Amino acid sequence: MAPLLEIRKLTHIYSQGTPFEHVALKDVDFVAEKGEFIGIIGHTGSGKSTFVQHLNALLKPTSGTVLLDGEAVFSSPQRIRQVRSRVGLVFQYPEYQLFEETVRADIAYGPKNMKLDKEEIEQRVLEAADFVGLDPELLDKSPFDLSGGQKRRAAIAGVIAMRPDILVLDEPTAGLDPRGREEIIANIRRYHARVNGTVIYITHSMEDIARFASRLAVFCEGRIVMDGVPGEIFRHVEELERIGLTVPGITKVMALLRARGLPVPEGIYTIHQAMDALLGLKGGGENA
Amino acid sequence: MNIIRTEKLDFEYDAESGRGLVLKELDLEIEEGSFVAILGHNGSGKSTLAKHMNAILLPTGGKVFVSGMDTSDEERLLEIRRTVGMVFQNPDNQIVANVVEDDVAFGPENIGIPTAEIRTRVDEALKAVGMYEYRNHAPHLLSGGQKQRVAIAGIIAMRPRCIVLDEPTAMLDPSGRREVLDTVHRLNRENGITVVLITHHMDECIDADRLIVMADGAIIADGSPREVFPQVELLRDTGMDVPATVGLAWELRKAGYDMPLDALSAEECAEALYRVFG
Amino acid sequence: MLKDITLGQYFPGDTLVHRLDPRTKLVMTILYIVVLFLAKGPISYLAVFLFLAISIGVSRIRLKTILSGLKPILILILITAILNLLYNRGETVLLRFWRITITLEGVFTALTMALRIVMLIAGTLLLTYTTSPLQLTDGLEQLLNPLKKIHVPVHELSMMMSIALRFIPTLIEETDKIMNAQKARGAEFDTGNLIQKAKAMLPLLVPLFISAFRRADELATAMESRCYHGGEGRTKLKVLTMERRDWITLIVGLLMLALVIALRRLGL
Repeated sequence: MAPLLEIRKLTHIYSQGTPFEHVALKDVDFVAEKGEFIGIIGHTGSGKSTFVQHLNALLKPTSGTVLLDGEAVFSSPQRIRQVRSRVGLVFQYPEYQLFEETVRADIAYGPKNMKLDKEEIEQRVLEAADFVGLDPELLDKSPFDLSGGQKRRAAIAGVIAMRPDILVLDEPTAGLDPRGREEIIANIRRYHARVNGTVIYITHSMEDIARFASRLAVFCEGRIVMDGVPGEIFRHVEELERIGLTVPGITKVMALLRARGLPVPEGIYTIHQAMDALLGLKGGGENA
Repeated sequence: MNIIRTEKLDFEYDAESGRGLVLKELDLEIEEGSFVAILGHNGSGKSTLAKHMNAILLPTGGKVFVSGMDTSDEERLLEIRRTVGMVFQNPDNQIVANVVEDDVAFGPENIGIPTAEIRTRVDEALKAVGMYEYRNHAPHLLSGGQKQRVAIAGIIAMRPRCIVLDEPTAMLDPSGRREVLDTVHRLNRENGITVVLITHHMDECIDADRLIVMADGAIIADGSPREVFPQVELLRDTGMDVPATVGLAWELRKAGYDMPLDALSAEECAEALYRVFG
Repeated sequence: MLKDITLGQYFPGDTLVHRLDPRTKLVMTILYIVVLFLAKGPISYLAVFLFLAISIGVSRIRLKTILSGLKPILILILITAILNLLYNRGETVLLRFWRITITLEGVFTALTMALRIVMLIAGTLLLTYTTSPLQLTDGLEQLLNPLKKIHVPVHELSMMMSIALRFIPTLIEETDKIMNAQKARGAEFDTGNLIQKAKAMLPLLVPLFISAFRRADELATAMESRCYHGGEGRTKLKVLTMERRDWITLIVGLLMLALVIALRRLGL
């Protein structure tokens, strides 16, 4: 069976043939399966934003193909329409896209464009609001009366309400304080667990993504330079730092300890992993 | 000597709304030449406090003094604003001109500096933030970190004694954040400019001389980062967090190990761990 | 996409035309337009045309660039020419069919009108191609300065113009972003009839306006905190100065005016 999402030799060149020509992606291969939670990391200009805009046919590849269920996303206008609702894309600072008179109407905008019937839309709005932890009482308010964090959730709900097979989020916690970040992340994880959908989460915060992604893809200069489970990725501290990414604080501390000769394993990135490694060290030390 | 002093500062945006005070009887003194970080959750009042420091907002109760000048004294408004400069969160919304050097010149032009001296000040300011080579560029083509450095240059060109930065890194990526932080640390160290950095990233506070934590319009902790961060429960209760290094030490202490809570940097933390587990 | 639209259309360079004070260029452009409308006979036109051609030559702006700048007004030129062709009641009839009469005088007027518009636009294009928008607003502010006496807010107007210029690229980028975000939610901006299309713009326009107001608000705060308090007591980093080349250019312009007036008297 074809994978859910398959990208083959994707290249994207902006303003081709002009003095401003810029190669944003070069021969990128990528596969995503149902149920995966994939983190995409890279600094600004690494091509990650260009990449995700290909996933729902917002950008057309200069060359290469994007296949959803084995079928090209760009084959016809009908197909593009279908793909846009199957791959839900939440942009950075999505609260700036709110425009309707009520939160309810704004969340319903996507489903309405899918030409669903009224009851179906209402049901999806309630379901999506619940996923993002938005109080149903807020649904009849104007989106512009909500707090910053609530606006962000309403905007994410607007994409979830299309019931996409793949939910793509670009820096969904940008600009939020620690509690706001934790809440959004908890909501997304709960959503992922409940619908068993695929989530692609773009960020430059390794600290956040390391804790819950099942897989990480690292972008650098228009290519995927690493692709694997977090424990594997964080073995390469030096390489990650060389391409301008900051590794999680814990990974850094453990790398320093290892440099001083303590036999802690590579690829540690959470406090609990570090605890286990350190306590094991003590236990092992006593036995030896 | 203090450069900024607040006395029982009260502030509310709209008395009729009944949303209550954003700042409550806040007393604060900021020492000239120091690097002060103010940490707080969204809505803690930290940005509102910042806006009092150069008279963008005026207290609804109490007083704010900038270098001894009462900020509600309209006669001295320009003097107050050239003593304490302010950098905001969104770099796009504070750049006025469409050439970098013209933007940096905006402040000096407003306070009537003679043309020849504006030129010297602009060049100096751009060199101080490492953006001199970009002086003829259009700001909208720069990266976020570069734009923010141009905004900082625009403030320095007025030769202020203090810069207040209101979440200057919130919209930047890690390398942009690094650029901005390195720049303000250098200005503090080399030019003796007082820096007040408002943020909700704890990592950015580690190198400050003093860390003030705000919650619900009041100061709940105040001291050096080494004194403040070990108060793990207090910080977490108010929706903030601690650096991963302190988080790890906290867990290890709970497990019965004698880890110090003030080993903030990765190096210090590794050192302490080595002593305990090595 | 939208980003590819060039606005302001300034082509940086270091030629005599580029280096002239913007005030000189503004005055010269006005003189040029006056001269163009005073010109009557073919010799006057030839003189004005030569003046334009030399200016373009000195500025090193490519002819192709000027021609592509003329493209948007091609229809206007054609309509003007055709109307003149049809409605001019000359004596020398060239062609007559159905209810249409075309005369030699008509052909002549149509051609001169078309030529006049082309030269008018080409001349003003040269001004915007060789002067940065900022210099242009600066020059305009200086030229209009005397109007302050009759309480025209000259400084404020020019500040507004330069800020508008500064924010055009930012707002274009923003439009692009919002458009993409709404497309991702199934919006279609280019299908349906006129009313459907207008309705489809709402999800774009509402966020764009809200964002523009927020930006304006934040910018005003930032400007105030940088000691902005209107034009009073304000100095400048870049002061406009009239050089010898500016005075010489202006004299050439006045001579041109005198020449065309003289030719007009002679009916040439």
